[in-house]
Amino acid sequence: MRILRPRKLTELRLHSWSGHFQAQNQTPDILSIVMLVTQSSFKAAALIQRWYRRYMARLEMRRHCTWSIFQSIEYAGQQDQVKLHNFFSYLVDHFTPSSHNEKDFLTRMFTEQRSPQGSEMENCGDCESIEVPDSYTGPRLSFPLLPDHATALVEAFRQKQRLHARYVLNLLHEARKHLVQLPNINRVSTCYSEEITVCGDLHGQLDDLIFIFYKNGLPSPERAYVFNGDFVDRGKDSVEILMILFAFMLVYPKEFHLNRGNHEDHMVNLRYGFTKEVMHKYKIHGKKILKLLQDVFCWLPLATLVDEKVLILHGGVSDRTDLELLAKLDRHKIVSTMRYKTRKNKKQAEEKGKANQMGSAERPSPWFLPQSRSLPSSPLRPSTHKAPRAGRSSSVPCGVPLDPKELSRRVRRSVDLELERCRQQAGFPAIKEKEEHSTSESDVDSDAEEQPEPTPEEWRQVVDILWSDPMAQEGCRANTVRGGGCYFGPNVTERLLQKYNLQLLIRSHECKPEGYEFCHGRKVLTIFSASNYYEVGSNRGAYVKLGPDLTPHIMQFQANKATHTLTMRQRISRVEESALRALREKLFAHSSDILAEFKKRDKDETGLITLSDWAAAVESVLHLGLPWRMLRPQLVSSLTDSKLAYKSWLENLAKEKLSQQNIQSSLLETLYRNRSNLETIFRIIDSDHSGSISLDEFRHTWKLFSSHMNIDITDDCICDLARSIDFNKDGHIDINEFLEAFRLVEQSCSGGDVSDCPQVTASSNSVHTKASSVPVTQGASEAMPSSLLECLPYSP
Amino acid sequence: MADDRDRDGTELAVAEFHRKIKEAFEVFDHESNSTVDVEEEEPTGYIRFEKFLPVMTEVLLERRYRPIPEDILLRAFEVLDPAKRGFLTKDELIKYMTEEGEPFSQEEMEEMLSAAIDPESNSINYKDYITMMVIDEN
Repeated sequence: MRILRPRKLTELRLHSWSGHFQAQNQTPDILSIVMLVTQSSFKAAALIQRWYRRYMARLEMRRHCTWSIFQSIEYAGQQDQVKLHNFFSYLVDHFTPSSHNEKDFLTRMFTEQRSPQGSEMENCGDCESIEVPDSYTGPRLSFPLLPDHATALVEAFRQKQRLHARYVLNLLHEARKHLVQLPNINRVSTCYSEEITVCGDLHGQLDDLIFIFYKNGLPSPERAYVFNGDFVDRGKDSVEILMILFAFMLVYPKEFHLNRGNHEDHMVNLRYGFTKEVMHKYKIHGKKILKLLQDVFCWLPLATLVDEKVLILHGGVSDRTDLELLAKLDRHKIVSTMRYKTRKNKKQAEEKGKANQMGSAERPSPWFLPQSRSLPSSPLRPSTHKAPRAGRSSSVPCGVPLDPKELSRRVRRSVDLELERCRQQAGFPAIKEKEEHSTSESDVDSDAEEQPEPTPEEWRQVVDILWSDPMAQEGCRANTVRGGGCYFGPNVTERLLQKYNLQLLIRSHECKPEGYEFCHGRKVLTIFSASNYYEVGSNRGAYVKLGPDLTPHIMQFQANKATHTLTMRQRISRVEESALRALREKLFAHSSDILAEFKKRDKDETGLITLSDWAAAVESVLHLGLPWRMLRPQLVSSLTDSKLAYKSWLENLAKEKLSQQNIQSSLLETLYRNRSNLETIFRIIDSDHSGSISLDEFRHTWKLFSSHMNIDITDDCICDLARSIDFNKDGHIDINEFLEAFRLVEQSCSGGDVSDCPQVTASSNSVHTKASSVPVTQGASEAMPSSLLECLPYSP
Repeated sequence: MADDRDRDGTELAVAEFHRKIKEAFEVFDHESNSTVDVEEEEPTGYIRFEKFLPVMTEVLLERRYRPIPEDILLRAFEVLDPAKRGFLTKDELIKYMTEEGEPFSQEEMEEMLSAAIDPESNSINYKDYITMMVIDEN
């Protein structure tokens, strides 16, 4: 849904292309002539207004294009993640290690050392033993927490202090104890507190949280809060945000509520930065913290229900969403919406491996990506069952099929050989197709360790509510962009609201330029609280307040000092630059493929192609669905005879990227294309979070990964690469060093020394952050409680 | 540096126009259903691509909406500044933009002021303003 005045639409049409035609012909139009002749101020004003509006329309167009760039790249990244997990899933299913080393490595990688419920962790015996030195000047916590502690914590973080690992663990333990008692669907009433404020994604952006507390007031018995998931990842202060949220939750258990988001998930954290942040800030105890967090995340409630009328959950719903089922299931079983299966019993697993390979129609319940008969097969699984027709939502991440047969065949071929060899070595009989199906549900249950797995239906229900997005069309279909959950239409919303007698669905999960967006006849509200999410100036954040009448009142904000001194024009330029940079990088990362496409369209080998062909070629490689013609002026600067000399254009792209190392650009290109996956692979391999992996491990995984992803790169190449980095001769790669050498890792962690003894960096900055209210609200700005400062954080 | 043909509207030009129009339309077609919503707060209507395309093609072919050249724009400002001071005061600008021609909304006025007005003198030096806007676009 897009708001656009008719006039704007008119203006935008012409002036988006004003540069394309007649720059020469400057004959004035009628209005101009009349104005000149009559010197009429009315006409003059009209002329200026017209010019200005057309300019703004072009600006609007640029903003939309920029937004498209960011979104398409973000979602492409998510698809990548799904592919990566498909890969690991395939590994788990099909790969039997041929050597002792490989076996260890895989075991380490894929086995969750999940501690049995309620064991050592519960008593926090561990954390009590952690000493806090006297020199530590950060906040100290004692339990039970008091409101002052929570407030002090906010203040301490605002001053960039760091909480000692001991207190982090303490707090997490207490948080877990509390969460365990909560139901899956939290019921909240407005009769206790006068108002409820609902906030959306924060994604590690502490400034936004602090701003919300400043603008809206701290949590209290009279001021209830619901935070709707995605507290972590991407931003640099996820830890601090969690600490604050958990602290208030403990202090005001009846008024402060948290919902789980799709990023409250250790698998997702591996890729999107939270794991990295924790390890960076807590080098010694980080592992422990992560382990505990993994568990805490599973205990987060799935949804909140206000007055039995307003349902708040992170992603969305599907046509199968069943609140009763959701209320009843054991949410703790859903460790990750992308999880690996634990394999403690190897023999059983091997048998399972055999059975899986046959692609039986009856899949065992939750594997890494649970499949059931009614769903389309994953691109990697040889399938004997038919894919369903559209209509049914496929809520299982099924990735974007890349010519599934071919891919499947290639990977299988390479791995099959290994597999066969192993089996023969081990003396197993050759695999017979479609034999023994010990794949019933009961089998899985008996395989269960301390915790039984969720059923496919339960798993799917949870994935749906954490990953789905609304769409304008009726119906419900698989969310292929994200690779999980579905797209749900207004009829799905309507049915759900009626079925459960609800009046509004509040969700988050999607970034919106204004920080919020209504859809489905105002029955669905998206609320997103991370301002400047893509880039400074890219979007506002917002939160919504519900009074006793449950009418939503939206408040918007943008927590950055710099933004408000910029005009819209400047803001858009800045974000635009950032988007274009990201896009250029993506183009570079696919140079070879793009060159091939260009050549196809240049049969005569002139070295030139038309812009039309350029657009088609680039889109056919990147699949981003971007308006290339709109973007062309920013990406292509010079033309010969209205055609593009493509080789030099590509070379220019490469020049921006070539680093000091003498790495051939094709390798660099591959690295850039796969950088996120590379990093995630590293972190998964480094399962003990030691910060380094062995060269063998890396090569091994890389080999499998590249054949799976059909990446053409030789073993030697990777070895050379690794060797050229300054890593110690004991055959280990320090992850950060490796990645940083290629500037693949963004400096997203807060700088400075990282140790478990936090430093105090006092900074008293003054800020001017503006909140603007939208017509739909009655924005009353409250005075900040005196216990907090008058100053707001400044984010550079 | 036009990459289309002359105003005869040859097939090639029209085809290229069509592609451009489609692309621009799609930027605003968020639901990918070939419509763009029109209205302020609530979408009370929408424009279908099938209708949009022929109208727009004609507009482009006939070059009906031409960009306003810089010098004309300058002269427009000068009409509003008969004393030829070289600037307009903030109040004057507001008056003209909100009372004459096709009046600005408050939002539009505020946005223009934020970029155009020099806070120290509380006025707009229109020549500089025009130059700034033109540069920014190119």
